[in-house]
Order: sequence, then C-alpha cells, then structure tokens
Amino acid sequence: MVEIRWHSRAGQGAVTGAKGLGSVVATTGKQVQAYALYGSAKRGAAMNAYNRIDDEPISNQETKMFPDFVFVIDPALAFTDDITKNDKPETQYIITTHLSKEELIAQIPALQDKVERTFVVDCMQISLDTIGRAMPNTPVLGAFMKISKLYELEFFLDSMKKVLSKFPQKIIDANMEAITRAYNEVK
Amino acid sequence: MAKEFDLNEVEVWDGNYAASQALRQAQIDVVAAYPITPSTPIVEGYGAYVANGYVDGEFVMVESEHAAMSGCVGAAAAGGRVATATSSQGFALMAEVLYQASGMRLPIVLTVVNRALASPLNVRGDHSDMYLGRDSGWIQLDAFNAQEAYDLPLCAFKIGENLDVRLPVMVHQDGFTTSHKAQNVYPLKDETAYNFVGDYVPVDEMLDFTRPVTHGAQTEEDWHYEHKAKQHKALMDSRPVIDEVFAQFKELTGREYKRVETYMMEDAEVALILLGSSVESAVLAAKQLREEEGIKAGIIAPRCFRPFPYDLVRDALDVPTLKAVSCMDKSAPGGAMGALFNEVSAAAYTTSSRPLISNYIYGLGGRDFAIDEAKRIMKEQKAHADAGHITTNIQQFSGLRGPKLGFYETRRS
Repeated sequence: MVEIRWHSRAGQGAVTGAKGLGSVVATTGKQVQAYALYGSAKRGAAMNAYNRIDDEPISNQETKMFPDFVFVIDPALAFTDDITKNDKPETQYIITTHLSKEELIAQIPALQDKVERTFVVDCMQISLDTIGRAMPNTPVLGAFMKISKLYELEFFLDSMKKVLSKFPQKIIDANMEAITRAYNEVK
Repeated sequence: MAKEFDLNEVEVWDGNYAASQALRQAQIDVVAAYPITPSTPIVEGYGAYVANGYVDGEFVMVESEHAAMSGCVGAAAAGGRVATATSSQGFALMAEVLYQASGMRLPIVLTVVNRALASPLNVRGDHSDMYLGRDSGWIQLDAFNAQEAYDLPLCAFKIGENLDVRLPVMVHQDGFTTSHKAQNVYPLKDETAYNFVGDYVPVDEMLDFTRPVTHGAQTEEDWHYEHKAKQHKALMDSRPVIDEVFAQFKELTGREYKRVETYMMEDAEVALILLGSSVESAVLAAKQLREEEGIKAGIIAPRCFRPFPYDLVRDALDVPTLKAVSCMDKSAPGGAMGALFNEVSAAAYTTSSRPLISNYIYGLGGRDFAIDEAKRIMKEQKAHADAGHITTNIQQFSGLRGPKLGFYETRRS
C-alpha cells in the first residue's frame, strides 16, 4: 500500500490531480482511492486530498492516514500547515517552492531531521511557464514519478494524455511539458 | 435515441458519479430533482447526460425536495420509470411524500447520499437520513463503496418494478466517504446494464385513458388498515425477489450481494454489526485482529436495511462460537438505544447462541471511524466474552471527545 497526502488550496486542482493519478494507476491493474477532506471550503482555503494505491482491493475507509508521500503544492502551506502530521520514518516530502532545499529546510524546523527525504520543485513557476497559470497539480505528479519510480516518465505521460483527452491539444501539450519539467527539476 | 456512453473496463469513479451512471443506463423516463450536498453531483451528472444526448427521458428541475418527490410520484403514477437523488435536509423535506410513494405502490428509485441532519448544520455523512426513512415503506439497500453505489441502483429498479413487489427503493451510500471518494469501478456496457434492468412495465398507469384509474385515494378506518397491512406484506414478500435479483446480478457480473453480508463469521467469537462504508474498515480491522492477536473477529452488515432482514440476521448470529457482539449505530439515538441495536437484539433473542449484545453510537456528523477504534471495540467484545457478561455500559459512544458517556448496565444476580 502506498499512501499519499496532498496539501493544497481549494482551486489548485489537488482533487483533480489525485483523481488523475488514480486513473493512471487503475489502468495498470492496481487499485486506487482518491478523496479529499473538504465540504464548505471556499476557493483558497487550505485542504487535503489523499490517494491510496495497492495491488489488492482497498477496504480502508478511514480518512486519516500515515502517508508514504506528502505533496505540498502551495508554497505557503509548507509554513502554515502541519505537513509532517502522522509522519513515518520513511515518509517522503515533495514541496513546491521557489526556495532551494537548504533555504526551505532552514525555515521549517519540522523538516530539519528529514533532509534526506525532502524534495523541492517549483511547480508554481513551471505551471506558469507552461500552462500559463498557477496550476501545480499535474507538475507535482512528474516530480512524484521521479522520486517514487512508480512508473517510467514516458508511460506516465502517455497515460496522462488519455486522462486529459477531453481538453484541447494545447492544454494537453502544456501539461506534458509541465510534468516533464518537474520530473527533471525536482531536487 | 440516446447515445451510447464510452466506458472503459475499469473507471475511477466516486460514489456519486457511479450512481449517476447507473441512473443513466436505466433510461429513466422522468427525473425530478433538487440538488443538495453531498448528492448534488448525481443530479449534476444526470443533467449533463440529458443535455449531451445520453438520455431520452425528461429532467425536471423543481423548487424543493418536496416538489421533487411529488413530481416523481406524479410521473410514476402516469406510468414512467422514475428516479431522483437527495440527502439530509432534502430527504427530511421529502419525508411526507415518501409515504405517498410507497402507499401508492410506485416503484421510484431514490439514491440517498447519507448525511447528518441539522441542527447543528452539518454536511458530512452519518445515517440520520437513512434512519428517518426506515418506517416509510420503502425498500432500503445500502452501498458500502463506489462499485456498490453503481451496482445497487441497477438492482433497485429490477426489484422495485417486479410485479410481485411494486415498491419504491432507496439506495444509500455514505456522504463524502463513498460519494466523494474515487475508487476502481467496473461498469457494465450500456446495453448490458439496460438489458439487466429491463423495459419498464407500467401498472394501472394514469396515461392509459382507455382504462381510467384512481391513485392516492382516501380511506379511513374502513380500508386504511388493510392497505397498510398489504403494503407491509409486500415489503416482507420482497425478500425472495431481492435475493433472486442479486443472484441474477451475480450471474451477469460475478459480484455477489446478500441481504445480510457476513465476513469471517464461520468461527467468530466476537463481531461488529454495522452499516455503510464503515463495514469495509471493520472487515480490515477484523482481519488484522485475527492476525495480530488471534481474536476470532467477524463482521455482520445488513445490505438490506428495509425490509429488515430479521431472518438472515438471526442466521448470521446463530454461530455456536459467537459470544459477544457490538451493534454500531451511526445516527443520534434520540433518547433510546440505537435502532440497529434494538432490531438486531430482537432477532438475536430467538437464536440459540444468544450472544451478549452492546451498542455503540459512532461517526455522527462525519467523525472519522478509525481502524484502531474498530479493533479496540472488538477487543472490548472479547473482554465481555471472557467475563461472560457486558463489562461496560450497554450503550457507549465511540470517538466522542470530552467525558466518557454511557448508559445502562447488565442486571445480574
């Protein structure tokens, strides 16, 4: 079982990203869950989304999880959310920031004993450059492919093209570029 | 002619989308609906199918849930296949008309995404609305995950429309936990799904002008009682039809449903009885408890809440090894023991195993149901079993903050 917790703001596409990841995973014969904790949340409010991935049908319906991966897709949430909540010794963190890894960790005490399992990538800048607006949900999945080695980049890109097939070609291409850049730039 | 929807062998759908797809495939004549969280996406999804040509029937947007169910009653009496969706306050507002639908023997399908009832206002999932419907004369089926939220509405049309049943059917799923959680769902092709449901066969339809009929007549002490007794008999007699439809569904899909689902009960010493998405977590907890501590735990889950499966609950409890059971109610009991506890206890009273039965209230307003908590409660049942009596209050509250709350103790000489 691989468990992922997303830290996002409502409107940044964490739910869409979690479902997109789920759709890719399901095509490979695995079982997935993609869900979020929101309700009356308004655009801009901090919220969490979640993924579970397993080879067997997933019967755990508990919301809380001890994540294997934490995605922080809004830069400020690294400072204001409890991003290391329910941390395990092997939990890995992928954080969107314009700061270097050293600069970021210097400002976040909770990460200072997790240097080896913290990774940074500027999904905001990448999505601004490629998609044209701050939409960090797909780039973070590129970074995730690099860190987790869940799938080869080429396979993931092909699968995401199918997930995004209802969008205009221009948007699909921009997302592919965003995913590829995040894959290459995550440190 | 409705367009065919392009579906993959496996889709990643949440419970709401799964239910809306099942409604689309049933090719309903009239959906009259008023959206409410968390079932809104069922109505939205269905509206999109209509707008995009995937549905031939009518979609009527109304001014309230009372009007939604009233529209459904009218359309069903006119002779159409009819369905809608609601939750919580919307369900409460429909309540008056729910009794009209069942009394008029109109096989409407209502997909209910379970949510707490105010006050305090709460949009999250518990079973308050499902429990509110339990005396309304409807058949109530309960989906525990997104796949079942797709499968059970297909079964619901076939059950309710059966000429030996002719009753409305609710299909419940848990708000957010199921309705907004995407999981692998294996849908049927449109044609396969429709052929399973079958063509609608109208009975005494008002649009048959060659044969005028009256629906919703008034009866006082002269006939009301006989009508209600017949309606109750129809509910009780729907049990073999439900079993038969589930058997046909298994034949088609390989997915097996029973009016009471049991997990690891063959040699169980302790068990939890519960409803909805919590069943899935409880099964996982029971498996872990067997592996980790060797406690023989099992789970009993009524799939069919109405007609209450007194027969199969009794069978499930009549396990010689079974010593202690906790019935878990996800609805505020309002000054009584939980309803599931009361009904299961009545069934257990006629078994030879006569396990100890205690009651937990849990999960109100969407409070998370933890795997560890399920294990703790099962271990507590083991303590009851070892002591030979209920060692705690008979009614307790799980996951409640503040001082421990409990009521009643076992009377022993």
